[in-house]
Amino acid sequence: MSELVSHVERKKVYVLVWVVLLCFTALTTGVAYIDLGAFNTVVALAIAVCKASIVVLFFMHLRHSEKLIRLVVGVAVFWLCILIVISLSDFATRFRISRPSWPQSQPVTVHHLDMSPGTTTAE
Amino acid sequence: MGTVTTTTLQQPQAEEYRVHYLNAKYGIKSWLLTTDHKRIAWLYLVSTTFFFVIGGVAAAMMRLNLVSPQGAIVQPETYNKLFTIHGTIMIFFFLAPAVPTVLGNFLIPMMIGARDVAFPRLNLLSWYIFITAGMIFIYSVIAGGVDTGWTFYTPLSTSYVNTHVISAAMAVFISGFSSILTGLNFVVTIHKMRAPGLTWFRLPLFIWSMYAASLIFILAMPVIAITMVLVMLERLFHVGIFDPALGGDPILFQHLFWFFGHPEVYILVLPAMGVISELIAAFSRRRVFGYGFVGFSSFAIAVLSFLVWGHHMFVSGQSVYAGIFFSAMSMAVAIPSAVKVFNWTATLYKGSVSYEAPMLYALGFIGLFTIGGLTGVFLASLGLDVFLHDTYFVIAHFHFIMVGGAVMGYMGGLHYWWPKMTGKLYPDYWARLAACIIFIGFVLTFGPQFILGFEGLPRRYAMYPPNFQFLNIMSSAGASILAVGYIMPLFYLVWSLKYGPEAGPNPWGAKGLEWETASPPPVHNFDKTPVVTEEAYAYGAHPAPVTTAAS
Amino acid sequence: MSEEQHATLVAEQFDDQVQQYQAASLGMWVFLTTEVLFFGGLFASYTIYRYLHYPGFEIGSHHLEVLWGATNTAVLICSSLTMALAVRAAQLGKIKDLIGFLVVTLIFGLIFLFIKFAMEWRHEYLEGLAPGVNFTYAGPHAHQVEMFMIFYFVLTGLHALHMIVGCGIMTTLIILALRGAFSKGHYNAVEIAGLYWHFVDIVWIFLFPLLYLIGGRY
Repeated sequence: MSELVSHVERKKVYVLVWVVLLCFTALTTGVAYIDLGAFNTVVALAIAVCKASIVVLFFMHLRHSEKLIRLVVGVAVFWLCILIVISLSDFATRFRISRPSWPQSQPVTVHHLDMSPGTTTAE
Repeated sequence: MGTVTTTTLQQPQAEEYRVHYLNAKYGIKSWLLTTDHKRIAWLYLVSTTFFFVIGGVAAAMMRLNLVSPQGAIVQPETYNKLFTIHGTIMIFFFLAPAVPTVLGNFLIPMMIGARDVAFPRLNLLSWYIFITAGMIFIYSVIAGGVDTGWTFYTPLSTSYVNTHVISAAMAVFISGFSSILTGLNFVVTIHKMRAPGLTWFRLPLFIWSMYAASLIFILAMPVIAITMVLVMLERLFHVGIFDPALGGDPILFQHLFWFFGHPEVYILVLPAMGVISELIAAFSRRRVFGYGFVGFSSFAIAVLSFLVWGHHMFVSGQSVYAGIFFSAMSMAVAIPSAVKVFNWTATLYKGSVSYEAPMLYALGFIGLFTIGGLTGVFLASLGLDVFLHDTYFVIAHFHFIMVGGAVMGYMGGLHYWWPKMTGKLYPDYWARLAACIIFIGFVLTFGPQFILGFEGLPRRYAMYPPNFQFLNIMSSAGASILAVGYIMPLFYLVWSLKYGPEAGPNPWGAKGLEWETASPPPVHNFDKTPVVTEEAYAYGAHPAPVTTAAS
Repeated sequence: MSEEQHATLVAEQFDDQVQQYQAASLGMWVFLTTEVLFFGGLFASYTIYRYLHYPGFEIGSHHLEVLWGATNTAVLICSSLTMALAVRAAQLGKIKDLIGFLVVTLIFGLIFLFIKFAMEWRHEYLEGLAPGVNFTYAGPHAHQVEMFMIFYFVLTGLHALHMIVGCGIMTTLIILALRGAFSKGHYNAVEIAGLYWHFVDIVWIFLFPLLYLIGGRY
């Protein structure tokens, strides 16, 4: 029945992965207190992606999974990207029609493209 | 198709008692607690037919109302509720489950030579979730109805209407999980349960398209589920997520909705396309022309369907740049769809075509789907859509796909596999008559709506200017013919259950694993696991004689 | 393994245990794909509103307690380690170790939920930062802050719901293990529960920077 037992990882590897994940958590928290401008977000997300990849590869055994499982993971990530990137690209390239009249708010800074003459009111 | 030799003329052995899945157990419990995929298919057949009747009655009342320009029978508020009931029931509770859960459930394990789906208990759970969702929606109808349209557009649904939006949204939310679990089950089944020798390129095309549709279930349904959660939250707590008055963005709702909503349309039509591939091959006694192309076009449709959703939002204030992208992608979907149509017609060429009832539905599908698809290309064009958006042209277009495509495919499939499901033959004459009536009724109902839309009649109104009356009456008259066509199978199919002649294992002389086992099939489908050594649709150089035992 | 044992361990629709194992594993991964898209709808909305209403999101984020967020991240990472070790114990057929690791994982899960609800949600509710229930914040960009808090509560709420389900699964597994349901070569349930648990951990790994660390804390 040996083929039934999926690859058994050494204990050491799990502990090492755990230490790395904790270090990344400390790092991402620490970096937040340093001014990197827009790169704060980039660094935070990059660290999150690294952590997630480590969890998937080691704890969830993707390293030793069949190709089909890897394909499933790829599909999940790809479709998530479709959803976020395409809908965001609409908002990023749009002349906004529904700017709420929030009295306390500063005007929202959106680099919109003036494509339509005059302003359009909310629907 | 397998090592088991097929005899085309099987002597019906009515007298001999044989245990099969229908008579293995009796009693209501044996149905409601079954994990047999074939019995679950029956549960779905009964429940989706029930929902089809409700949705159909709502449609009939709408058409009746539109006989008069002032609205013949109902108030405009009631009319709004009618089209919401019709849309929601037909989309979520009839069309989406119809082919996958009835024909898919019954056929996928049989076509791949398995004893059952991978997770039989999960399969039953899907049905219970589906029924729960359906009952919640029926509750919201009885409690007073919903009038937002099946699209639940915000802020109408969250801030303005006083109808039962929350229970309706809850029903859609729950039904999503039923579809997700069904899709999951099918994907795992198709990957892991195929019989020895049944490689991907030996699979029937129905399996390919069911796989593509399952993929959409898995990837699109979760998004509508979470969107419905947000709608319920906004309505319950009055927090600004989509309502612009509260700081939200209604177009974000439309993005999320149509990210699900457009792929959903392909959930409806892809399984029907799979059915058509089977029918065309069986009744022209030829391997489907361009098997690989037809198979991969299902995947192309599934992937592209996630890149086109913005074509529902051309006039919503969406970015023009996004509009260009969505327009181009929408036109691109026409390519794999056309690949299918061309390959089906090429299969007919020099085939030995016979015109039994399922084939009539298949031919009807090809014609109507082509019209529906081509008018879709009109609507994908940015400029033309501004003119046609939200008119009856759109109504006609998607009914050509959904009724002319999906329902025709479903009816064709049901007629084709009915002898397998029940072991009985229905009277082919009546079935052919019903198919013709449905075709004529359908064209008469929705054909005029293209003209109405082009002349500028907007959708979702209970009244209209008198100059549109002639075409509206034509459409309503067509709907009554269509209704007759749909009621007829109810009678002769039920009749055949008791009085129909024995079908034998393979009444059509068709190829495929499901035809190599008895009708109705034994509990575990096959007496011994089949081994597949041939490609699909191996009809050979010399067409087998066509046998219709009904004649 | 005798024929009888084989019959009880393999469901009738499967040919053998390998097929059953692969089907269960694939089924869980496909389910997690749907979960990605389920959270994905929220992540997409969050991203778009963060892009549109950045100032308010930054202010809102600064009202959250980074220390609790980081602590909870660490708690979940620890729980993932013990979960991975539980699966390993199951692979090796060490049932006592399996039960021990499952109990520890469950405790970590409960600690996470305690911090989430009793420390954080309660605090934000009392501060008047709970939209729709008790929202009294009137500083700059109040509406945008409200929007942020909506997403904070929906995202963490949905995540917490998954944690609660996860804790339920852990409890079930512990009971099953005590009853002797698992043995070497028969531990599918543990393995796929592990996949689920790690996935919920991954969601939090993204939620932490997205909710707590907007715009930095300098």
